[in-house]
Amino acid sequence: MKLPVLNNTIATSEAGGCASGSCGSSDASVQNLPESIRAKVADHPCFSEQAHHFFARMHVAVAPACNIQCNYCNRKYDCSNESRPGVVSEVLTPQQAVKKVKAVAAAIPQMSVLGIAGPGDPLANPQKTFETFRRLSAETPDIKLCVSTNGLTLPECVDELCQHNIDHVTVTINCVDPEIGAKIYPWIFWKNKRIRGVEAASILIEQQQKGLQMLIDRGILVKVNSVLIPGINDQHLIEVSRIVKEKGAFLHNVMPIISEPEHGTYFGLTGQAEPTAAELQAVQDACAGDMNMMRHCRQCRADAVGLLGEDRGAEFTLDKIEAMDIDYEAAMVKRAEVHDQLLEQLYAQRESASKPVIRVQGRAVLMAVATKGGGVINQHFGHATEFLVYEASRDGVRFIGHRQVAKPYCEGNSNCGDEAENLLDTLLKALQGCEVLLCSKVGYEPWSALEQAGIQPNGEHAMEPIEDAILAVYQEMLTKGLLQLPDAVDLKSA
Amino acid sequence: MAFEIVASCVSCTACESVCPNDAITDQKVQFAIDPDLCTECAESFPDPQCASICPIEGAIVDSVGEPLNPPGSLTGIIVGVAA
Ligand code: SF4
Ligand code: SF4
Ligand code: SF4
Repeated sequence: MKLPVLNNTIATSEAGGCASGSCGSSDASVQNLPESIRAKVADHPCFSEQAHHFFARMHVAVAPACNIQCNYCNRKYDCSNESRPGVVSEVLTPQQAVKKVKAVAAAIPQMSVLGIAGPGDPLANPQKTFETFRRLSAETPDIKLCVSTNGLTLPECVDELCQHNIDHVTVTINCVDPEIGAKIYPWIFWKNKRIRGVEAASILIEQQQKGLQMLIDRGILVKVNSVLIPGINDQHLIEVSRIVKEKGAFLHNVMPIISEPEHGTYFGLTGQAEPTAAELQAVQDACAGDMNMMRHCRQCRADAVGLLGEDRGAEFTLDKIEAMDIDYEAAMVKRAEVHDQLLEQLYAQRESASKPVIRVQGRAVLMAVATKGGGVINQHFGHATEFLVYEASRDGVRFIGHRQVAKPYCEGNSNCGDEAENLLDTLLKALQGCEVLLCSKVGYEPWSALEQAGIQPNGEHAMEPIEDAILAVYQEMLTKGLLQLPDAVDLKSA
Repeated sequence: MAFEIVASCVSCTACESVCPNDAITDQKVQFAIDPDLCTECAESFPDPQCASICPIEGAIVDSVGEPLNPPGSLTGIIVGVAA
């Protein structure tokens, strides 16, 4: 008895899209997209959850200024639309940024996407952003470029954006109703004035929608980000989703507000609640009804470097780059080879994931996975700062989202011990709702703590493809009778 | 007639990009306004541009040291709570 991997058939045979059951971009609406866009999405490290495991991306922080204020952002730190709050990136000049990109792309041949996402609003810094793009389009033509923006000056930037090797644009749209907007944006800088309240929100919304339309009209891929703020825009995001989809955005990514008081944001200081994992999932599910949803966005940071949840930024500080001796030509050749190999692996994984569809009965289970990439279970519980959460049900396996913690359970071997207690609590909280934890290994102490918290650790599937392992575990739980459906009605409808 | 940037500046560069007189430069620790160049935007705009885009309350002050964006004016949060 095998469980299907959700959407697998659609994605491989019809959409030509990502075949990963976990891919946020393989539902029916992908089929409505033009072939060229479908092809782009299928193997895109940002949009295909599966490709995300294989390719690396980086951001460069060249754009410090911002032209609006979001209540979940503190401008002492990076743009909260694109970074985890409380992070300060090293701001680079366009020249330094180009150098860094070339160095990283030489050292990490999986590198395939370069984004400018902050630390402010890239389009509020048009000279710096566009100079970086201009030079990279010329010097690393094989690297895809992307940019994200709050949208305020998007309409006036569309022409220039079209001139570069821009792969996609992300617009953060939190609302389409100015009354709601006024609760999220206290002011904007517009036509040489600071504008506040509902008026400010109206202008911002109008500009965002206009910019979105202009990009679509010119055939540029547009992803929309929304920050879920419970009690303010949670229900409203369903309408946002509908509208941006009608316009032609191809992905909608709902991410949770992070409002810890120590970040000093308005929402942090006024005690705005963060959504629970379940609330987030509910809104994402409600939006997914009419829109592709992206669930693997990890709000990395404006100068993040690397694969999946990792950040290798520290290896590429300006000093270190200066000391590197790089053959850029050779690096580009190597990159092309590695990219081909990765695509092969990715396709092979898709093939082997094509399972016959036999429906089984059992309730849905959330499982957390520790992975370093490659689409397999290959991380030690104690080293993970990020867990991928999947839902296994009688309909198959689907990717739900990420749970992150600031620190791994043991950083090296040095501080496994006292501090570990607190870290473990945080981890257990982050994993709430999950019944199984799949990783390559778990230590003895966290093992029993996990078990007590109702999360069954499992190291038996190390190095196996994530979805296969989840199916196997689900199967096992089913056999053990752990997955009784709540009532008979449910059984019949299965 | 000139404004001044004080220590609470977070070096976000926003003011630098909107000053019509190129009076603002990055002085490494914080940004600074050249008093010989700053006209308080009098001849160019109804509102001083730097103070209209600066996200930090109190970071830009006038010639007598009064903040152009007093506490609470941008965030709605009054000092003491915000600190
Ligand atoms: S757009 Fe980004 S940098 Fe600007 S206020 Fe909002 S979150 Fe902060
Ligand atoms: S008041 Fe006007 S001229 Fe003076 S520093 Fe600010 S922007 Fe420049
Ligand atoms: S806008 Fe304000 S915080 Fe930003 S650099 Fe200028 S004075 Fe400093």
